[in-house]
Amino acid sequence: MRIERALPILTVTLLLFVIWYLACIPMNAVLTTPKIQAAGGGLFNTLALSWNEGRPVLPSPHQVLREVWNTTALVAPWSIKSLLWHLWVTLSSTLVGFVIGGFLGVVLAIGIVHVGSLDKSLMPWIIASQTIPILAIAPMLIVVLGKTGLPAIITKASISAYLCFFPVTIGMVKGLRSPDVIALDLMRTYHASAWQTLLKLRLPASVPFLFASLKVSVAIALTGAIVAELPTGAVAGIGARLLNGSYYGNTLQIWAALFVAAFAVATLVWALGLFERISLARMGEKP
Amino acid sequence: MAETVIAAHDVGLTYQTDDGPVFALTNISLDVAEGEFVSLIGPSGCGKTTLLRAIADLEKTTQGSLHVNGMTAQEARLARAYGYVFQAPALFAWRNVERNVALPLEIMGVEDAGGRVARNLELVNLKGFEKKFPWQLSGGMQQRVSIARALAFDPKLLLMDEPFGALDEIVRDKLNQQLLDLWARTKKTIVFVTHSIPEAVFLSSKIVVMSPRPGRIIDVIDVGLPKDRKLDIRETPEFLKIAHRVREGLKAGHSYED
Repeated sequence: MRIERALPILTVTLLLFVIWYLACIPMNAVLTTPKIQAAGGGLFNTLALSWNEGRPVLPSPHQVLREVWNTTALVAPWSIKSLLWHLWVTLSSTLVGFVIGGFLGVVLAIGIVHVGSLDKSLMPWIIASQTIPILAIAPMLIVVLGKTGLPAIITKASISAYLCFFPVTIGMVKGLRSPDVIALDLMRTYHASAWQTLLKLRLPASVPFLFASLKVSVAIALTGAIVAELPTGAVAGIGARLLNGSYYGNTLQIWAALFVAAFAVATLVWALGLFERISLARMGEKP
Repeated sequence: MAETVIAAHDVGLTYQTDDGPVFALTNISLDVAEGEFVSLIGPSGCGKTTLLRAIADLEKTTQGSLHVNGMTAQEARLARAYGYVFQAPALFAWRNVERNVALPLEIMGVEDAGGRVARNLELVNLKGFEKKFPWQLSGGMQQRVSIARALAFDPKLLLMDEPFGALDEIVRDKLNQQLLDLWARTKKTIVFVTHSIPEAVFLSSKIVVMSPRPGRIIDVIDVGLPKDRKLDIRETPEFLKIAHRVREGLKAGHSYED
């Protein structure tokens, strides 16, 4: 990466860290003020104690990174102490939900584009489904689905799927309708069937829209998986770590879990972007 | 006696709009015989494109009878009776030249697709460009690919809607010459929409002059020029005489307006 491209993002990152470190001082003041006074005050003592408080209200960045390091690199990946293991628990249900939701989204979009009555009858419900707070509907869904005897991972993944079909449906409806009139007329002159028009024109034309939607979907799929872990009192997964951390006031554990989850999503979005570039290059897109 | 490919009798096409009916076509009667090159010429809004689209069953006529190869326009479309070249090339960006030309063959399940693609690309002088994608070609080359695509499944009738309208005059002259050669070699029946008088006279065996509001035929001119034409024929008195008659026809259609 050239320095001109890296510079803006590095500047913002640096700025965020500065703000974070500064915020640690007042946020932890309740705990640190007596200690700073006992140590004789001064700038050095203030900073050292604010940034290294054992049970901080707001942990400093290096504390979070150390916690991430301790719970990933220094423990066996399959141990319950390992954040990687918890990440995998959440990520596996994220990916299952993402695949189900993505598939559902594409199928719904194809139906909506081809059947006029579906456009009118389904679209309002699809939009309404996303206006309900996921925190409200997740416990109900999990309880109801849990009674059906489906595997636990499917139950959990259903929340991800519920969240991530929506961007795919909206994006794909737009994508499948993106071919211009002239291209559709061309297919008519060939007496092409709706199925042929879908396969040879509408679907290829919608690929850029699909990737844009999938990138949004994969990010909210992880949110969905974490939310799904909260009401079940799960003992494994990022959501369980968050819940556990908040029970015991262990902010380090919460922040470390959040960091790892954010990093995982960023990696997934990046991987989708890479896959997108490869696909579009193979489809002859102008570089 | 050559067979009649297109038979239009008293064809009308009226759109109902909020401001009342729009008479896009009225009293259109026209016969196109096999092997003819017929140009439809007229100002914007005269219905020339609408007439072509009606022949292709992309628009529904509201009056009269319109037959293609002895069938109704719809039956003819379902029987894949014609190849259509649009104003824009309408190539699929994700397909290379070869696969764009193969598109109708894939849809129709035609055999020997490879051989047909190669033959038709040669016909439009695009051999060697098989693997290029549309964005790598000039506008004129893209339109030639779309002509090869229209010819790929070997329809006897070719419908062309201002195919060279967006191209500059030098490219257009060259493509006109190539189109004439192609017509001579393939013996297709061609209906060609244009608003250029020299283009219409140079290409056609018959010119249909149209006029707007309501869209109608003003004049039908048989072009007596030899089939084997070169671009310099445009300087000859015979050519200019026909061009003059077309221009007079277009003027007559406008006389009561403005």
